[in-house]
Amino acid sequence: MRAETTIPAWTFLEEAEAPPLTLWELFWRRFRRHKMALFGLVVLSLLVLYSLGGSLFFTESYANHTDTGIRLQPPSREHPFGTDTVGRDILARTIYGGQISLLIGLTAMLVEVLIGVAIGALAGYYGGWLDSLLMRFTEAMLNIPQLFLLLVMAKFFGGKVPNIVLFGRTFSGSVVVIVLIIGATSWMYLARIVRAEFLSIKEREFILAARAAGTPTGQIIFQHILPNAIAPIIVAATLGVANAITLEAYISFLGLGVQPPTATWGNMLEGAYNYIETAPWLWIFPGTLIVLTVLSINFVGDGLRDALDPRSLAR
Amino acid sequence: MLRYVIRRLFQAIPLLFLISIILFVLMQNMGDPLATLGGRQVTRSEDRQRLARQLGLDKPVHVQYLYWLVGNDWTKMDLDGDGVPETPGRRKGVLRGDFGVSLVAKRPVVEVIWDRLPNTLLLMGTTELVILVGALVIGMYSALRQYSFLDHLVTAISFIGYSMPIFFVALLSMYIFSVNFKRWGLPYLPTVGMFDPNVGKTPGQIALHMVLPVFSLSFIYFAAYSRYIRSAMLEVLSQDYIRTARAKGLPRPTIVFVHALKNASLPIVTIVGLDLPFLLAGAIVTERIFAWPGMGRLFIDHVSRGDTPVVMGILMMIAVAVVIFQILTDIVYAWLDPRIRYE
Repeated sequence: MRAETTIPAWTFLEEAEAPPLTLWELFWRRFRRHKMALFGLVVLSLLVLYSLGGSLFFTESYANHTDTGIRLQPPSREHPFGTDTVGRDILARTIYGGQISLLIGLTAMLVEVLIGVAIGALAGYYGGWLDSLLMRFTEAMLNIPQLFLLLVMAKFFGGKVPNIVLFGRTFSGSVVVIVLIIGATSWMYLARIVRAEFLSIKEREFILAARAAGTPTGQIIFQHILPNAIAPIIVAATLGVANAITLEAYISFLGLGVQPPTATWGNMLEGAYNYIETAPWLWIFPGTLIVLTVLSINFVGDGLRDALDPRSLAR
Repeated sequence: MLRYVIRRLFQAIPLLFLISIILFVLMQNMGDPLATLGGRQVTRSEDRQRLARQLGLDKPVHVQYLYWLVGNDWTKMDLDGDGVPETPGRRKGVLRGDFGVSLVAKRPVVEVIWDRLPNTLLLMGTTELVILVGALVIGMYSALRQYSFLDHLVTAISFIGYSMPIFFVALLSMYIFSVNFKRWGLPYLPTVGMFDPNVGKTPGQIALHMVLPVFSLSFIYFAAYSRYIRSAMLEVLSQDYIRTARAKGLPRPTIVFVHALKNASLPIVTIVGLDLPFLLAGAIVTERIFAWPGMGRLFIDHVSRGDTPVVMGILMMIAVAVVIFQILTDIVYAWLDPRIRYE
């Protein structure tokens, strides 16, 4: 700002003739002003690198290898993070657990967005009895505390999905259950946001024009309205990932989540409070990783909210 | 106003029905109620069938829901399985206050919940009070001293607190204030339970055992609430009437506490009113870690054993509490802001 007076007039001319910024460039300009969001992005990348890159050093069978002879060993050269109650290496387990936790966060968010956008779009676009029916259902779901609903659903669907073999690795079927139920219990706020967006956008002239031109309804919803409502959906989805990771940790902590031997940051904490005095390394490492992940995702979400909000100044 | 409240109550009825139906369907697969009821004794299949008939589990889901809702004392049940209903039912149904009998405790659900409810209310009421008072102090301070060091510090801590799962805060605080304080020879706080069995259930003991759970729970909400209060206060403080009040020479405390706070409390009332029932519910993890004998622990214990009547009872009570708090919030809102009229 201070240098403004010294800039010769021709630079302004040149700037005026420069090609206009693309949407992406505009977005990035705003996003990188948010220092905490950039910090969150860096930490998040490091965490992803940690859990993906770590599998080059340890095999999954090593992470699941139990040896009760070395149970509850404090951090040492051989086991930097110590060993757990059945002698598994905690470092290796945080690496493989991180993969599952991040995977659950992302996929549960996808389920949430799918349900939330579908219900919000239907209710907002069609209105009338469909709207009031869907919104009553949304309200009913909101009135039951999410953790309670999750526990009931975890019990309902638990043990119904067999183990899945993918890329030569065996995933506990409970991972799928957790993803589905977290998605199925978190879509309500998103549905309300999407509905509100649809209600206002569908009254605009360009929608009227599209309708007058005979555009099919599906195309109006997905190509004309949805892209205009995408900003709040992206923000909600980002925060949804953090929320899903926390929820997974909660139910796994309570013992109704992902079942061993598949590790997640959440189920590594299960029962750790029995060893609060004798073996703090059981919960400090996975717990810190969860907090770091959730914190950095929240920072990124905050930055996205500022960057994507058209009302914030385009500087 | 009265008409508005009555209308809201009537609107809540279908909502609660919807919730009860969703939950009842989910309850259908909570585990084997017969195994829960009989423990290890009932293994013969004729015993199982007899029990299933007693509990009404042989009936289709919609009939079971009807029995749960309005009871079955108006009809007869077929207990011996010969196809002729002969024994009159004894259940009164939820609408008449009978939530059934716990399969585990073999006592009425209402009694089972009633045993635990005061403990949860005590813990959560204290927590809410601590959160509110603390957040008001911090929030107002950082609104009056915007961009000061403390303001920035609170912003940073609020983000961390908001991102922390409650169990991590709980484990960390237990580790610091109990385990390490004990190690260092400092006076340390108790970690689990409600009182020391050697001392007995004295108010002092309960207060001592409440310190850590209340701290852990409020740490998470503290930050978010104080940010909320801060922004509400900042908004109000920039209004013209505050400038007017200042210009006519009112003392600063009068401006801050009477003029600003009353108007800033509108959004705060909303967040408290809507959060309160969820805070009651959010105790599951806290009560589990600190072994606090409250509703959250009752819930998790009985979910894992498939005790459907108790689980259903707790969930319905919470749903009713949520609805009532929503209506209360609206009433307080109208009381605080006379411009709001409900018609």
